[in-house]
Amino acid sequence: MELLCPAGSLPALKTALKSGADSVYIGLKDDTNARHFAGLNFNDKRLIQAAELVRKQGKKLNLAINTFAHPGDAKQWYKAVDCAAANGIDAVIVADIAVLDYCAQHHPDLEVHLSVQASATNAQAVAYYQNNFGVSRVVLPRVLSIHQVKQIARSCPTMEFEVFAYGSLCIMAEGRCYLSSYLTGESPNTVGACSPASFVRWEEGPEGLESRLNKILIDRYAPNETTGYPTLCKGRFDVDGQVYHALEEPTSLNTLELIPELAEANIAAVKIEGRQRSPAYVQQVTQVWRQALDRYSADPSRYQVTDQWMAQLASISEGSQTTLGAYHKQWQ
Amino acid sequence: MKYALGPILYYWPKQKTEEFYQLASASSADIVYMGESVCSKRRAMRHNDWIAVARDLASKGKQVVLSSMALLEAPSELRNIEKLIDNGEFLVEANDVSAIEMLRQRKLPFIVGPAVNVYNADALNVLQRQGMQRWVMPVELSRDWLSKTLQDAQDLGIRDSFEVEVFAYGHLPLAYSARCFTARSENKTKDECETCCINYPHGRQVNSQDGQPLFVLNGIQTLSGEKYDLINDQASMRDLVDIVRLSPSGEESIEHLESFRRRNQEGQSNYPTPDTVNGYWHQIAGIHHSD
Repeated sequence: MELLCPAGSLPALKTALKSGADSVYIGLKDDTNARHFAGLNFNDKRLIQAAELVRKQGKKLNLAINTFAHPGDAKQWYKAVDCAAANGIDAVIVADIAVLDYCAQHHPDLEVHLSVQASATNAQAVAYYQNNFGVSRVVLPRVLSIHQVKQIARSCPTMEFEVFAYGSLCIMAEGRCYLSSYLTGESPNTVGACSPASFVRWEEGPEGLESRLNKILIDRYAPNETTGYPTLCKGRFDVDGQVYHALEEPTSLNTLELIPELAEANIAAVKIEGRQRSPAYVQQVTQVWRQALDRYSADPSRYQVTDQWMAQLASISEGSQTTLGAYHKQWQ
Repeated sequence: MKYALGPILYYWPKQKTEEFYQLASASSADIVYMGESVCSKRRAMRHNDWIAVARDLASKGKQVVLSSMALLEAPSELRNIEKLIDNGEFLVEANDVSAIEMLRQRKLPFIVGPAVNVYNADALNVLQRQGMQRWVMPVELSRDWLSKTLQDAQDLGIRDSFEVEVFAYGHLPLAYSARCFTARSENKTKDECETCCINYPHGRQVNSQDGQPLFVLNGIQTLSGEKYDLINDQASMRDLVDIVRLSPSGEESIEHLESFRRRNQEGQSNYPTPDTVNGYWHQIAGIHHSD
């Protein structure tokens, strides 16, 4: 299985390569990608540098063009595709039907991966993107159980699949969540960001430290509690007088223990989330996953997750907790 | 302007559902969407029950559309969609590209529902070639976005090849998950949910800790905490929108449909809309209200 790692900057990309990534994915410095954060991502010059670096090492570089083109401005998205094709990017990661169609019409030789933001959760959806746009790989949304992942992989033998292995846990079907624009006006689909940092405020209130998003109270912390970024689906809310994490706890996805099952299901690649994270994060996660994948392929029958890997990952996980998420039926 | 009732997003017992559609058949609604679009475990109404209701409404002159589910994961769910598509009588609203693929292969016309990500005219162009007759805009988009999209469609020469529908009333469908939040709110897992959502005919309200309504839990779906209401925004829909959709919450939605029509025809002063939002249409946060 290919280990695909995130890079939000050239230093992060170098770190990923050094730590054992087989391939790296990046985004441009504009709203064509779903991690459009200040100070992150690649301009044309940096992209060319990145492509050169990756090629020299015999690895692969993917470019995420995975938001939805704005009316009157679709050219910006098509330009990003042209830029990928011109600079030897190995694959583009695309969600919008318009951009997929552009790739198929204008760059038929460019490898296209279906972004998780396109939310293909079943065999017929996979067929739609394969038959109409020649997509060669599908990134599966984090809403599927491991059983369903295997089922899809079995029913689409001519398609490559990529799954999320580690990182921030999106609990909604990706690309089909407007919670962020409901509270702030900005969503992953339209501006490439969820719960944008510019809307975040921390305030000391009479009942404790409060995190707010566009003035809306997301969580309130007791003095000794660990605080977390106010991603709106991970706040504590009131449902008929009960205050709890109504949607999800602050926690990260970690599927180290599923490596054997994913390999047996012929999953082509495991993806690490976190283009918005630091090179130090990229290093830690990439190293652990490299070791795990190598350990598995050396001796599949004796593969076991080690305490050391878990400890290393826990130190960089949201809320210091990890979960199997939807892969494990009980979570659902 | 035509007026449509969207599919019932909540889980209601069979009798309540049938009573609602009796009222709908006597209303002035032009179009009625129906069917289970949220969770395949909700089986109070079986396929044949829906078809019976659909026939009854069609006989009263309504255009009936069968809505497909938005989040499809299991092969059994795809088989249900196949059955829906092969009904032989009624148009289908595709809420996932899987349904579009099945309809396209059968060369059947279809409606693209609000749960499909279509954000621009080039995507509409692809879909109209595949059989799309009507587009229901994603709920997070604004009048400005729609207007620019339709201008682009005009330039492509496809502006007249499909109708435009806008979700204009009701709690907005905002997200779909693998997790059932209603089951979670009762400390149950999805596998052992006992379809407890039937006990919440309007979902479960989620407030912030200081009491602001944020969301409504409806099984695997998350709805907006406030009702969306564009009754006073209809003048700004002229030349853009062909059909206005009201999402049913009960009898009052049918009454409100008549109010929408009156407000539009008579151009009377603003209809009172306390505790509602319309931010998305005005290109601000969905939870906000603009006068």
